[in-house]
Parts: sequence; structure tokens; C-alpha cells
Amino acid sequence: MKPATLAISVVLALLAGLFSAAALAGLEALAHRDDLNAAERKKVASVLQPPASFSKPESFELMTAGATTSRASPNRDAFSHSSANLSFEQERDFKLGNGLFRKLWVSSPSSTQASDGLGPLFNARSCQRCHLKDGRGRAPRNDGKADTFLIRLSIPPQTDAERDAISRHRMLAVPDPVYGGQLQDAAVPGLAAEGRVRVGYREIPVRLAGGETASLREPAYEIEKLGYGPMHPDVMISPRVATPMIGLGLLEAIHEGDILANADPQDRDGDGISGRPNLVLDETADKIVAGRYGWKATQPTIAQQSAHAFSGDIGISTQIVASPWGDCTDRQTACLSMPNGVQKRLGAVEAPKTVTDLVNFYAANLAVPARREIDDPQVLRGKRVFHASGCAACHRPKYVTSRKAAQPEHRFQLIWPYTDLILHDMGEGLADNRPVGNATGREWRTAPLWGIGLTETVSGHTELLHDGRARNLLEAILWHGGEAEAAKQKIVGLQPDERAALLRFLESL
Amino acid sequence: MMERLFISGCLIVTLTASAASADMVDPKSVVSTYSDIALANYSDALTTAKALDTAVEALIAGPSEETLAAAKQAWKAARIPYQQTETFRFGNAIVDDWEGRVNAWPLDEGLIDYVDAGYGTESDENGLYTANVIAHPEIEINGRKVDAASITPDLLSGTLHEAGEVEANVATGYHAVEFLLWGQDLKGTEAGAGARAASDFDTANCTNSNCDRRAAYLKAASALLVSDLEEMVGNWEEGGAARSALMDAAPEAGLSAILTGMGSLSYGELAGERMKLGLLLHDPEEEHDCFSDNTHISHLYDAVGIQNVYTGRYTRIDGSVVDGPSLSDLVKEKDGDVDAELVGNLEATVAAMRAMEKRAEGGEAYDQMIGEGNDAGNQVVQAAIDALVTQTRSIERAITALELAGISIEGSDSLDDPSAVFQ
Repeated sequence: MKPATLAISVVLALLAGLFSAAALAGLEALAHRDDLNAAERKKVASVLQPPASFSKPESFELMTAGATTSRASPNRDAFSHSSANLSFEQERDFKLGNGLFRKLWVSSPSSTQASDGLGPLFNARSCQRCHLKDGRGRAPRNDGKADTFLIRLSIPPQTDAERDAISRHRMLAVPDPVYGGQLQDAAVPGLAAEGRVRVGYREIPVRLAGGETASLREPAYEIEKLGYGPMHPDVMISPRVATPMIGLGLLEAIHEGDILANADPQDRDGDGISGRPNLVLDETADKIVAGRYGWKATQPTIAQQSAHAFSGDIGISTQIVASPWGDCTDRQTACLSMPNGVQKRLGAVEAPKTVTDLVNFYAANLAVPARREIDDPQVLRGKRVFHASGCAACHRPKYVTSRKAAQPEHRFQLIWPYTDLILHDMGEGLADNRPVGNATGREWRTAPLWGIGLTETVSGHTELLHDGRARNLLEAILWHGGEAEAAKQKIVGLQPDERAALLRFLESL
Repeated sequence: MMERLFISGCLIVTLTASAASADMVDPKSVVSTYSDIALANYSDALTTAKALDTAVEALIAGPSEETLAAAKQAWKAARIPYQQTETFRFGNAIVDDWEGRVNAWPLDEGLIDYVDAGYGTESDENGLYTANVIAHPEIEINGRKVDAASITPDLLSGTLHEAGEVEANVATGYHAVEFLLWGQDLKGTEAGAGARAASDFDTANCTNSNCDRRAAYLKAASALLVSDLEEMVGNWEEGGAARSALMDAAPEAGLSAILTGMGSLSYGELAGERMKLGLLLHDPEEEHDCFSDNTHISHLYDAVGIQNVYTGRYTRIDGSVVDGPSLSDLVKEKDGDVDAELVGNLEATVAAMRAMEKRAEGGEAYDQMIGEGNDAGNQVVQAAIDALVTQTRSIERAITALELAGISIEGSDSLDDPSAVFQ
């Protein structure tokens, strides 16, 4: 590793952020787009303009994800289709990936050696058991079942070395010395699970203009049945639901310069919204880059995101995270003494590259469904409210993906993810008070909104936000604070029919 | 401008072709033959499902090894026409939306009935992994108590199927019936299928308890299969939704739907998910008809179905033939080499599948063929996969020959179309 090079690239990245306002001012539109020629930059800049009118849909708006958009029926399978522009051969890789995504891993040793290696500690036995129907997870139920939800753990840095590693983006957070980076609520036979989470809620009434009211449920978490003694006294927890799987390859295909240009850390344009990228380590390229995935944008690529999920959630080792014991810590000696699933003849890890490549291909090619009812007058009115209230400042509607994207099918697509992929202070109400990477305990990545209107159809619930506390779209909006406080207040102050139109627009996404 | 040029180009081709041959194939008539085959094929699937339902009733009325064997035989007979219809998936939205009800797989069978102790008592997140609805008149789904006192088709399709959004909670269709008739295959990659005793349905001398509820479940599942197939037959009748969607679209879109179904079933679904994955993992759980060890038959008739829709010729269960102007005729007109190649490759796939069938009938079941270390068995499965891949290449050539790339029922890319894509 060359620390000097790293430092420079970080500075460059930050500079790119500082100059974004100037770039947008029109010195040269999209100058950072080194994948495009001058004519293409002009064309792209023009198609990315905010809508000039709300009397009819914009061109190409129906096809949320460009040529990859799924036109299949918007039913409970709506998030499970492959990108529409795949070849038959790619469709095969997608289906093999799907098979591995749903595959139940088993504990070692077992007769099917290619399938063992589960745990020893785990949250789920397969990818799909958390990403049900490739959709969104939900909060734990009253009966204590937390099937699409987990708790991340860390402690404040204890040494200069740890502080240094975090400041250099080499480390995201310091794990709990006993329980590691997350709480696994299941374990293979013969080993104790780490514990179980309980959530209780307190209702907070909210008054809205026009005589309407809403109620927000504020969660309080408790971890019980600890299997390995007390946690560190300063342990910090962050609850997370599984994120929807659609459109991930297209998010990776967004030019990094576009993400950095969304940042405005000093709020130079004075709109009250700053925002900055979470700069994280790409463990394969050994470079510091903008994070894109996860509730705090801590992972830069699909490959790295899924390798960490394989390890932390299922306890399966991969090329990127090679320990077969998953999240076992060295204080969990019983865990480390369990057999693992590495078969020398199949490779050095439990899920070899052939397996992870297919899973990653699957994850990169789950199609985003086409919009519905885009020309409905109420939807168009809601779209106007969305823009007029400032929602679009962070939930950035559209991008044209890079011509240099890894997969040809993802290149040069006009996509509508409704996110800037950067971190914003969301206020005290949403804070988990657990810093990770650049992100403070109050910052969260702007969540993509594409597909959000199909949550109930696909997942059978409408729970939103990082821990599923919001029971519907309105509650999710009302939880916004910090940099989003002003926009939220505008929504609170709207007349009921305008608010209803906004929700109708969101449901059409 | 572009569009105009394209159309006049087509006209020239058309005129030349008609000058060369008096019997020019009308694309519309090809789509019509395809719909006729769909109707006949789903009707045969329905007829055999009704026979299965009758055999199930006989089993329940008089449980014996004979009536159980007859029901199993009826199930196997029902698979033959049904698997041939799978080629109607992937191009017809109506079929795609419906398919999960009748042929969903794989399933966590512990949702339905008792399972072996080795199955485990808890699959982590699928709380219904061992719900065993046959043993429990009340179960809990997503924290809510569900009254399952009466096992009805409605309970299966409306409440249990995909309960908790878990796709492996398969409560309906061929594979649910298969599990109830055969029971778990506990042999892994050793010889032998599931071995449920007829007394599991015998209320007088009941084994494994709850024989009345087990019988009720079986009857509900087979009745549901019949009604689901009735619905699909209706979709392909004159004026039915699936036929109309095809016939009302541009003929090119209809042709594209046929070829998309052929290619997607060949490569992604069959060669990929159903065959290559199991071979990759050497995992007997990755077997499509895992309780009955009937996988070789299911795969074979998928291949036959693909061949049927290309050659425009379907042999019904009574031996009669439905045929008409075919995709093959149309491709031959454009490019005789491509047609000959595709016809040959479809035949080669069926031959490779027959070799697999022969090996299975000879005593080595499909789950043994994919077992680790069984090089000869692995090779037989791999040969069928390779044949499917090769035939897909020819399907792609046919798409090119007919100038159908990028055409789909859902929409085209013309400029004033709302479904246009930025380029």
C-alpha cells in the first residue's frame, strides 16, 4: 500500500466535491465525464435537466432503468426479473445466480460438500431468506422474530492505530471485542447463538396542515439472551433491514464523478443541504472510492457488499473475506473450533469465485420495474410537489450511466433511481449514534426510491427506513430531519390533497 | 425516416419472396398454429390432471399400495403433457403470472407434512419450515394465527402458498402433490425415491397420524391443479386472453414471443437453473422432481415442447396430431441453412435427453447422475446441457434471420412510444 497516493486521491475526491457547484454553473457541463465526448456531454446534460413542465411525463420517464427496465406484470414477482436486455446466455447466469441466492447452506461437515460451511454463527442460511422476493426487509415482530433484520455492533476506537485506520478509510468501525461486527441470532448445532433483539415502540403524534394527523413509532432496542457474556460497556448498535435488490448494477454503473459532484460539504449553494460521499476502501482494487451500497454507503461495489454479507450474515468465506468462521471473534473460542466448509479440492474458500461471480451477476441484474400511471394527473401533480418541496435535492431523479461501466448492458442508460448516493445529516430522530467510515451517527445515505411503490405488492408490508420504523411512505417522510427538515416542514404544511398527490407519485415509482 | 425505410425494405423482401414461392408463409398463421398447439397441450394437461384427481379420490376412498401406485402413475402421466407446455412461458405474460401456482419448486416440504428428523426442526428465518399444516389445525403466519381446521383449495392458494413471502413455501401444484404421494426422498444421491406408505392416507389404520387431514390436503391440491389448468385452457381458447394478446399484437411480436420462450426455457431455465446448478453443486436437492425421481422425464418433455412449437406439430395424448404453418416454414423461407441447423439441433437435444431417460430407466436416477464422482453420469447430463446451449445458438440465428431482435410484445422503441429508451 502507498499511503501517499491514497491521501492524494482522497484530496482529489474532496476537491471534486468542492468544485461541483462551479461545474454545475456551466463552466463546462459534466467536465468530469471522461467516458463521454463533447457532443455526448451536451446531450446528457440536456436530458438531465429538471422537468420543464408537469403537465405531462418527461421523455423516457416510463422506463425507470433504461433498456434494462422490466415490463413484466407489477405483481409479487415484480422485483425478481432479469434486466430486459440480457442475452439468453446471460439469462442463464442470472438463473444460476438465483439458484445460489436461494440455496440453503448447511453446517459442516455434510454429504454435499459444495454446499456446506454455514456459520458457525449466522443470521440466515441463504441470501434469499433475508431478501425475500428480492424485496425490502422489515422490523422485528412482536414475537421476537427478526428474519429480515439485523443489528450491527461496534465500539469507539480504543487506540491511536484504530483512530488512524478509520481516518485513512482503512477501517469502517471497531467491532465489539467479543461479539464482532454484528449480532448473529443463530448458530450451527452445538454452538450458542449470540443473542436476540427485542424492539419496543413509543407513539409520537404529529399534526399536519389541513387538520390531518399522523403518528410515528419511535423504536427502542434491547438485546437479550446474550450467549457470550456482556458486551463492551461502550458498545454502539445500529439496526438494519435488508435493502431491496433491484437496480444495483446500474447504481454501480453511475460515474463516480457524478456522485462526487452531488456533494456540497460546505453548503456553498446555501440551500441548507450539504452532503458528502462516504469514502471507503475498495478492498479488491485497494483504492479509496465513493461508497454506494448499504444504509450508510459503506460498500463501494456489489462484489464487496455481497462478500461481506456472505461472511457476516451466513458465515461463508469468499475471496474477498476469506475467514471461514465468519464473524467469530478470537474471544469466541468455541466458534473457532467448529469445523468449516473449506474443501481444498474446491478452492481455498467456502464459496469459490465461480459461485460468487454468479451471485454478483444476479445481484447486478435484477431489473427495476417500469413506472405505473405516469400520466395520471394526480401523479403529475405529486411529482410537481416532490420537486417544489426540495425532495429532489437529495433524491436526485436521474443519471446517465457511464459508457465505461463493467457490463455493456448497463452502459449509457438513462436511469431514475431518485438518490444522490451520498450521506446527509438526517437529524436526531433518525440518528443511530454509531459512526461508520466517514458517516457520523446522524448521517445516512439517501435511499433510492425506484420501486418503492411496489413494496406492499412484493414484500407484503410498507415498512420503510433503515430499521423499518416507518409504517408507510408518509411516516417515512415525517421522520426526515437535519438537512431534510425544511423539505419535511413543507410537506407538513401542505394541504391534504397536495400531500395525497405526493404519496400517489411515490407509489408510481 | 428510419422507420419508413425499414417498412419499404420489408415490402421489397416480401414481394421478392412471393414471386419466388406461391405458398408464402403468413406470420399470422404461424402464431395461430402456436396458439392451437397451446390449447391442445394445456387441454391434455387438464385431461391428465383430472385423471390424477380421480386416482387421488380412489386412493383416499380405499388406501392400498395398488391405489397409491395408480395415483403415482397418474401423476407421472400428467407430467408429460404439462412439461411440454413450459415453452409457453417467458413470452406470454399470462402464463408467467400463473406458472408459480402449478409448478413452483423447490419447496420446503415441512410446511405441508411430517418430515424426517434429519430435515432439521428449524430453518432459521422460514418460520414455516416445519409448520406441518397437516398436523396443525391452527398455524401462525407473520405473527398472525391462521385457522387451518379445514384444508381447502382456498387455504392452500390464498394463505399457505408463498406464506411469509418465502418462495420455498410451495403449498400448491405438481410438486406439492408429488410430495404427498411419494414422501421425502431420504436416499440423497443413493438409489431410491420417496417411499410413503398408502397407510398414511388410511383413517382406519393411520400411520404418521392425521391421515384425514393428509387426505384432505392431497385432494385440495389435486382439485386446485385441475381448476388452475382449466383457467389456462380458457386463456388459449378462441377469444381467450393469452391467444388474443398474441393475435392482436403485430405478427413480429408474436413470433418473437415464441422464440423468446424457446430460448429462455432452453438456456436459462433448463440448461442453467435446473441442470447446471445441480451438476455444479452435485446436490440431490437440486433435482426438479426430487420426490418421485421423475426428473429425467420432466427435462425430456421440456425439450419436446420446444421442438413442438418450432416445427408446428404437437402429438396429443390420444395420438392425434395438431399441426399447421410453422416457425420452421417461415425461417426456411428466409434462410434454409438456419432452419436445417435448428431442426437438427432440436432433434439432437431430444436425443441427448432420451439417452438420459435410458440411463434413468436403467436404474440410475437423475439425482445419482449428478452425484460427485459419478463421471459417466455427470457426462450424460452435461451432454444434454451442451445440446440445449447449441440449440439456443441456432434460436438466436433464427431471430436474426427473421429480423426480430429487440421486438417484444410489451413495446417497441419507436420515437413517439412512451416506452422508448434514451440512446
